[in-house]
Amino acid sequence: MNKYLQYAIGPLLSVILSLLTGGVLIALIGQNPVDVYTRLFVDTLGNTYGIGQVLFKATPLILTGLSVAFAFRAGLFNIGAEGQLTIGAFASAWAGFTFTSLPWIALIPLCILTGFLAGAFWAAIAGFLKARFGSHEVINTIMLNFIALALVSYLVNNVYLVPATIHTPEISPHPELVRFDIMTGLFKGSPFNTSFIIAIAACFIMYYVIQKTPFGYKIKTLGYNKNAAEYARMNTGRLTVLSMAIAGGFAGIGGLNFVNGYKHYFELGFSDNAGYVGIAVALIARNNPFAIIFVAIFFGILEYGGLTVNTMVPKEIVTILQGVVILLIITLTEIFDRKFKLKKV
Amino acid sequence: MQDLFTIAFIFQTFRITIPYLLPSIGAVYSEKGGVVNIALEGILLSGAFAATAGTYYTGNVLFGTLCGVVCGVLVALIHSVITITYKANQIVSGIAINILAFGVTKFFCKIIFNSSSNSARIPGLETLGLPFNPFLILCIIIIAVTYYVIYRTRFGLRLRAVGENPEAADSLGINVNRIRYIGVLISGALAGLGGAWLALDQHSFTDGMSAGRGYIALAAMIIGKWNPLGAAAACLLFGFAESFTLQFQDSGIPTQFIQMLPYVLTIIVLAGFIGKANPPKADGIPYEKKD
Repeated sequence: MNKYLQYAIGPLLSVILSLLTGGVLIALIGQNPVDVYTRLFVDTLGNTYGIGQVLFKATPLILTGLSVAFAFRAGLFNIGAEGQLTIGAFASAWAGFTFTSLPWIALIPLCILTGFLAGAFWAAIAGFLKARFGSHEVINTIMLNFIALALVSYLVNNVYLVPATIHTPEISPHPELVRFDIMTGLFKGSPFNTSFIIAIAACFIMYYVIQKTPFGYKIKTLGYNKNAAEYARMNTGRLTVLSMAIAGGFAGIGGLNFVNGYKHYFELGFSDNAGYVGIAVALIARNNPFAIIFVAIFFGILEYGGLTVNTMVPKEIVTILQGVVILLIITLTEIFDRKFKLKKV
Repeated sequence: MQDLFTIAFIFQTFRITIPYLLPSIGAVYSEKGGVVNIALEGILLSGAFAATAGTYYTGNVLFGTLCGVVCGVLVALIHSVITITYKANQIVSGIAINILAFGVTKFFCKIIFNSSSNSARIPGLETLGLPFNPFLILCIIIIAVTYYVIYRTRFGLRLRAVGENPEAADSLGINVNRIRYIGVLISGALAGLGGAWLALDQHSFTDGMSAGRGYIALAAMIIGKWNPLGAAAACLLFGFAESFTLQFQDSGIPTQFIQMLPYVLTIIVLAGFIGKANPPKADGIPYEKKD
């Protein structure tokens, strides 16, 4: 069998089986699965508004997916994209409502940079703890997610609150990332915006850094075999912190979509679990930055599609599909990797 | 300070501690055997929903509690099959189960109670007419039994063996996977029981009502250094801190900082600042039998 097909069969089968599982559930409550799925796909992909909504939902997932994938390449498991995304989004908003006098040409890069650095800093904590004390990044990133949430909740509720809301003040109009419907007239009414271009650019950057630079080579070495990296006199501690920081930076700019592109403020609970779904995105895409785009769009279809079928079945059907697809994928890839003797990516 | 240790305050502390403690003791069983169980959060949630539904249909809180426990075991079984039999990543499986539990409970809440965020009101433990809180008594028994089982029984020795050194345990004829299954299933039963408490205490189910308690339970187990007594003490500490902020809302300490406490402590303990953190050596690693 073709090598690519061997890698793809697990993910593809998982998607099909999860849709079947969802179909059984839909049938159980007396609806026709074919009708529900038809509506789900037609309403999401059958018109430009739906497509705009899907791409809007996919944008942060691309970035959190990249975040998890980048850390994976260095042999690190970043469960912390959710926290890095939250901290980054808040930082972007903070820059946007603090430096209001700056023109867009300075403020847009500043929002991107603060988001990236804040996410990078948050992830680097876990990288440092691993490098310095050997404590495992999985538990630490999970803990940091909750700390990030509490910290940002404190900042929003006690420091930067707009009364009677759960969001910060609005950012200045200068760093708004323009919506495609305003710019082109396409995707009418959907919040799909130019942060999507930033997300796509990030995919190319990750590809370039990992595949074409000496730094990327070191990261891959660390990921494949830490002992080999140490034997080659690489500074593995520094590499660990840096890899986590870059991964966190990707997640950190995932908030631009909401803050600069859509609502123009930071709001608690904006993320919709994008950080956790990003883990699934990276896994299904097998850490390939370009495959991540398509997998993120698939999850975008599910997320927006839930809203379109809500009159027929509870929209939570898509949350169930997300959970099932992840469980199937980790199980099936394990089975097929053994069967075809594939190496881990 | 003297109005701090009122009876009401103490009972409030226990009330808050119970849903941390049960999954936390559960986590000890799972991780001593070498399986990280992040799915506790989802088990707590689905246990709460099953207990609500069971109590709603029968009016019997004992039957409802049983539903919570059985549901917990079933969800833990999913985690076991995926991570022990198929050796898939334990963390990802746990996170996916949590997402799944969130969706499934909301889905069926909508079907049964016609609202995806709230159930109808259900009877609580007061219907049993006991002069004491049965869950509190149960918790104390469970802590004592767990300590005894893990450190004084043959099963406990085997559980620790498959978590520390599965190859050695295997070579002595212990069925590694079977022991690990039992550990994870017990953790499911205890977390399901914790979910039942949440629902019966609140007299209803609300979406996402586990609210991160499964993760706090995991944190408490780490802070308690994988020891049931340590885990119980950490849970009590968190319960006390939370109860304290409820009691003294104008104390000037923002609640968010109390919320951070378990997580910050966990990081500090893992970094080895408070004695040495000593997780089971094979914790989180699937066992590959060599032929």
